[in-house]
Amino acid sequence: MRTRTSWARAGTAALLALALALGVAACGSSDDDSTGNGEEGGGAIVSNPKNGKVSLTIGSKNFPEQEILGEIYAQALAAAGYKVKSDLNLGSETVALKAVKTGQISGYPEYASTALTSFFGIEPEEVPADAEGAYLAAKAEFFKEGLTAFPPTPFASANAVGTLKKTAEKLGLKDVSDLKGKSEELTLYGSPECRQRIDCLAGLEKYYGLKFKSFHPVDIGLRYTVLEKGQADLSILFTTDPQLAAEKDKFVILEDDKQVFPAGNVIFVTKQSTAKQAGPDYEKTILQVQKGLTLEVMQELDARVELEKQTPKQAAAAYLKSAGYTG
Amino acid sequence: MPLAQLGAAPPLASFGGAVEFIFTPQTSNVTGGKTVGGFSQVVELTLTQLQVTVLALALALVVALPIGLYLGHRGIGEFFAIGLGNAGRAIPELALIALMAAAIGVGVLNLTIALAVLGVPPILTNAYVGVRQVDRATVDAARGMGMSGFEVLRRVEVPLAIPTLFAGIRGATIAIVATATIAPLAGVLTLGDFIINENVYGEDGVLAGAILVALLALALEFALAGLQRLFTSRGLKVSTA
Repeated sequence: MRTRTSWARAGTAALLALALALGVAACGSSDDDSTGNGEEGGGAIVSNPKNGKVSLTIGSKNFPEQEILGEIYAQALAAAGYKVKSDLNLGSETVALKAVKTGQISGYPEYASTALTSFFGIEPEEVPADAEGAYLAAKAEFFKEGLTAFPPTPFASANAVGTLKKTAEKLGLKDVSDLKGKSEELTLYGSPECRQRIDCLAGLEKYYGLKFKSFHPVDIGLRYTVLEKGQADLSILFTTDPQLAAEKDKFVILEDDKQVFPAGNVIFVTKQSTAKQAGPDYEKTILQVQKGLTLEVMQELDARVELEKQTPKQAAAAYLKSAGYTG
Repeated sequence: MPLAQLGAAPPLASFGGAVEFIFTPQTSNVTGGKTVGGFSQVVELTLTQLQVTVLALALALVVALPIGLYLGHRGIGEFFAIGLGNAGRAIPELALIALMAAAIGVGVLNLTIALAVLGVPPILTNAYVGVRQVDRATVDAARGMGMSGFEVLRRVEVPLAIPTLFAGIRGATIAIVATATIAPLAGVLTLGDFIINENVYGEDGVLAGAILVALLALALEFALAGLQRLFTSRGLKVSTA
């Protein structure tokens, strides 16, 4: 769906080097479910025959990072001996949450900030800034609904106002606040829902007092294309975007100095009854494999899918293997 | 209040809720207190949807009609006219929009072209078939009366091809108006905004959007059926009645 553009090609070389540095052989043909027996590597997942009686369905929302996370958890749980199916690409968080509640899926990865603002009506500025605080707040809310959440990933993702480096230099933009007095002349592009979301355009207007020349809704997949094309002065990006690491000289994000875009670490949401039934290996396995998910690693995995066009399944399998979780 | 919506058995969108959404602004979980939906937004988005539909249809007509009529009149290019009709239905719109975004950017122009691409095949194919299927004896008689090629097309072939021709235009219109729901992914806010952004508008909004698009499609279908009656020659009405 996304056109492969020059930065993608340029970035590929750098990213391939990164991949090699990680010592990963991208496994093209995917019998990823031939899970490791855990005979080597200290951190390898150990398959527990008792888990074979438990069937789990791992879900995810509908964009690459989510699908990668869903695959990582699904493959790891399979390695731990569970009978695992995946049901990725579920759409928005509302759909995903509903799927957990109705038992269509056992669990899915959610950003703690999204859970708090979207599910539980917390204002963005009230979202705890630290990962642990946000996790505990979200878990408490989930608990009231018969759900629970496992502790957060090391990396966090947030919306960000992005622009071309040369635009930022020309206009002297470093923080989002620097847009004051200039935004009236600038166009902003973002996903269709951004327009009305308080953790997006609505928040920029309300908390920063910014007015833009115009806002244009576009497919998330086009968020860098519109900048490169010179159509958008500003575009809503994600802090985990691989393009930000691969093309530091081209794209920059403005510092969210008023904390309107809460950063969300990923927490795995599941039913309390499922967690009990699945036994201790459920949470243990998920926490074990997400330990390696730092911002750099997540960006690298996103790059494999978004820039190099690997499938989320391949990227997840490569991650699990290179980190020694599967054989 | 949001918690109530997350009750044990999550309710599906209700018809009543969708109707309410169309007429009265609703609260939303993610907007920080601003209401969404309601009649004024519905009118605004409906008009945009209508506008891009008309633009795309006009472009499709300008491109497809002359080619289809000409090929049909000359009786050439059957492979092209029919093949295009079949191949054209398989073009993924979103991919097309993304592809053109890199060349001409997103916005009304990109969208109009992408949607017109949907309209061209049925119009072209039906124009071709409609003209081709006119009884050869009638055409020969017209020539025998001394009509020029253009006169034959204008006064004999096109009038007789009207039902087939309009079937193509109506099909194209439905395809375009239905697909114009993806416009919010290309910089233009249409009724698709309600459908795509379930997070903002809720399930009632999604259903409301779908109902509105369906109603708009029906309205256009009726309008074109009326137009077709106007264009159909009296002799044809009698013979098909």
